[in-house]
Amino acid sequence: MDDTSPISLSPLHETHLRAGARMVPFAGWNMPVQYKGITEEHLAVRRACGIFDISHMGQFRVEGPASRDWLNGLLTNNTTRLGIGQGQYTLLLNENGGVIDDLILYRTGAEAWFLVVNASKTAEDLAWMQARLLPGVTLSDESPRYAGMAIQGPESAAVYQQVAGAHMELPDRNGIAEFISLRGGTCVVCRTGYTGEDGFEFFCEAEEAPYWWNEFTEHGAVPCGLGARDTLRLEMGYPLNGNDLSPDRTPLEAGLGFFVDMDKAAFTGREALAAQKVHGLPSKLTGLRLTGKGPPLRAHYQVFSDDQPVGELCSGGISPSLGIGIAMAYLPPALATPGTALEIDIRGKRHPAETIKKPFYKKP
Amino acid sequence: MSAPSNARFATSHEWILTGESESPVGISEHAQAELGDVVYIELPEVGRIVKAGESVAVIESVKAASDIYAPVAGEITAVNPAAAAETRLVNTDPYGAGWLFKIKPSNPAELDTLLDEAAYLAQAG
Repeated sequence: MDDTSPISLSPLHETHLRAGARMVPFAGWNMPVQYKGITEEHLAVRRACGIFDISHMGQFRVEGPASRDWLNGLLTNNTTRLGIGQGQYTLLLNENGGVIDDLILYRTGAEAWFLVVNASKTAEDLAWMQARLLPGVTLSDESPRYAGMAIQGPESAAVYQQVAGAHMELPDRNGIAEFISLRGGTCVVCRTGYTGEDGFEFFCEAEEAPYWWNEFTEHGAVPCGLGARDTLRLEMGYPLNGNDLSPDRTPLEAGLGFFVDMDKAAFTGREALAAQKVHGLPSKLTGLRLTGKGPPLRAHYQVFSDDQPVGELCSGGISPSLGIGIAMAYLPPALATPGTALEIDIRGKRHPAETIKKPFYKKP
Repeated sequence: MSAPSNARFATSHEWILTGESESPVGISEHAQAELGDVVYIELPEVGRIVKAGESVAVIESVKAASDIYAPVAGEITAVNPAAAAETRLVNTDPYGAGWLFKIKPSNPAELDTLLDEAAYLAQAG
């Protein structure tokens, strides 16, 4: 995103300002980073229910008789395993097996699909897919049409029930359902999220967004910003594209092999992944933590092993649930074994750290 | 939350108390609100001689690390271990228990170049 690009505003922008949100630029959007405080919002999601504006995320619809096989050739997961109403986490790769984007693909009909992609990659994903369109497939960018919110936390299903349960039952885990609101707009509800808690993502027509946001918050969902969204996903070891995923790293290096089906029909990037399976991975996305009290870990801090630089942090922070600095870095596989002692350089001082199995946080 | 009447401010958001031989320094109410939850503080060594505007401490919130600058030149004569141990004090009591370190100014006249609270808030927006 260059500096001359216009900044996009969420349909919930005025709602955020009235609620006292602190706004920051993110992926070309002006979005709330926090309302009352990142720690408080983080814990609200772990303990009860929080709501995030995710209107910056992109939504595509793909339809047509060839749509299933076309998507199967572009994405790493297996589209033939999805029944109608089901969704799967999947990745869009370049020819070298590097990650363009990670996304969720939902099947909304026999020949109809709904894709939710990262804000920072919406234009790139769209261009990549449009350039590879085949007869029998239509692709439409619905991003401008929809506002989005993620309602997350152990009480989110109860909140949903009170707000929208009369319209449509909450789908099962990873599932999708759609309904028409009383105001006439399409509402899409997906039982997915980015926090490690039960919850759902809710997409509605942009003009209905303030109505639904107010409904969810009045029934107990606590407004949360991108700050808490980042600490929550980091505690789970979920990658953030742009930090932890890149065109130069494969999903195998990122530890996402579960979402890559090497046995299905050919897909873009498959050959590079097959070669890595034969020759071994050059690096592994590894969890780290400071072994003592120390500063929060942050992206780009250097990691050392026996006084040699071995990588840099791609994501980092302080875990509100655990109270310690946690991070992820691409490290040589020999150093990725949990419990490996390392050091992290913070402002010229080396702090003792160790590798640790993800997720960093496990539900009590 | 208002600052003590003898507090003077640097545009980089630190306050310092005037009229004392060793002047406590902290960050403003406005700055703590902007930073959000403070989770880590790195304090200077006692005895260090610092120049005005020199980076002497680091405050880390969940999202970012911020340098804290000496508002005037002098010697660091004390640090506040309570704030380093209980970092929330900087958020909850920035003009009291959340002070960071004390400076013995080498040129007390330098204090007069700093802003009073009203002038600081006016320029901080």
